[in-house]
Amino acid sequence: MAVLPILTFPDDRLSQPAEPVAEFDDDLQGLVADLIDTMLEGPGAVGIAAPQIGQQKRVVIVDVSVMMQSDRKRKPKSSNNGRMVLVNPEIVQRQGEIAGREGCLSVPDYTGNVVRAESIVVRAFDVDGKATEFRCHGFESRAIQHEIDHLDGILFLDRVISPRELFRRKVYK
Amino acid sequence: MADWYMVTVVGRDKSGIVAGLTQALYGGGWLLGETSMARLGGNFTIMMMVEGKGSAADLSEIMQPAATRLGLDVHVDRIEAELHRHPEPNVQLRVFGADRAGIVADVTNALADAGLDILDLNSEISGTEAEPVYVMVLDGIAEGGVDSLEAAVNELNQKGLKVDLEAIDTLLG
Repeated sequence: MAVLPILTFPDDRLSQPAEPVAEFDDDLQGLVADLIDTMLEGPGAVGIAAPQIGQQKRVVIVDVSVMMQSDRKRKPKSSNNGRMVLVNPEIVQRQGEIAGREGCLSVPDYTGNVVRAESIVVRAFDVDGKATEFRCHGFESRAIQHEIDHLDGILFLDRVISPRELFRRKVYK
Repeated sequence: MADWYMVTVVGRDKSGIVAGLTQALYGGGWLLGETSMARLGGNFTIMMMVEGKGSAADLSEIMQPAATRLGLDVHVDRIEAELHRHPEPNVQLRVFGADRAGIVADVTNALADAGLDILDLNSEISGTEAEPVYVMVLDGIAEGGVDSLEAAVNELNQKGLKVDLEAIDTLLG
């Protein structure tokens, strides 16, 4: 389909909650195709949410395969469910907490540490309206939480605990 | 085209320093770029990228009343500004051990020889006066990732230090 421009902070549309998808139609198919093309255009991107291309719909794509390829010597701790198309996603279970570094296609040239649930169960619909459920942990769990935040108008900037250290130094005191 | 300077300020810590310094700069028509403040052993330090039209002497003069009032030393250097080019670290090391002379030199030399480019380093002497503990956290880029540093880290761990090495897998979504 098409690689679309990514909205960047401080575009107000990134702060607006997205609407649930009601129709599993050709428009949705087109939106998903555009999201995938646009995500693949961002070097190293593992997810994208519809609001990032100006569509206020509850649709995200997550695919951590690029981080889990066999030619990578060391892979992040993560499940890998391949390419997930998540329509109206909802996290129904969360377990554990872990800090990790995040950046965002919509916030160029800035990364910071964010605490996320270590493992989650997410329920959603696929592009054809079929109910799906995924169990995810580690990097993939983080990616889903990051993308679902976009659907609620939240950027990782809202959750950064520290721009640098993964652990606050007072932990050692 | 405006000139860029690095302004370094040092003095005894007290409340109101940042407000006083930045007001002096803003009032004098100078703009801030990136800044980093640290409180080291009760001393206030800050480095500020400052942009404006004028010489280093002009900039020093603008800051002098606030510096005198707050008991601070100000140093100004002309610099090239490299904004919007933040390299992303791929490894983090956390070092801690009983404080002794030469820890930073030992660690950073071993890691430099192994190919680490340090992007960020913070250290403090924690523990008690009787039993000081040195804690250092550093982020950097190792071309070969954590694997390329493992031998150096193992060697450091034989020398009475505790060095944790961890990959930083930055999520982009």
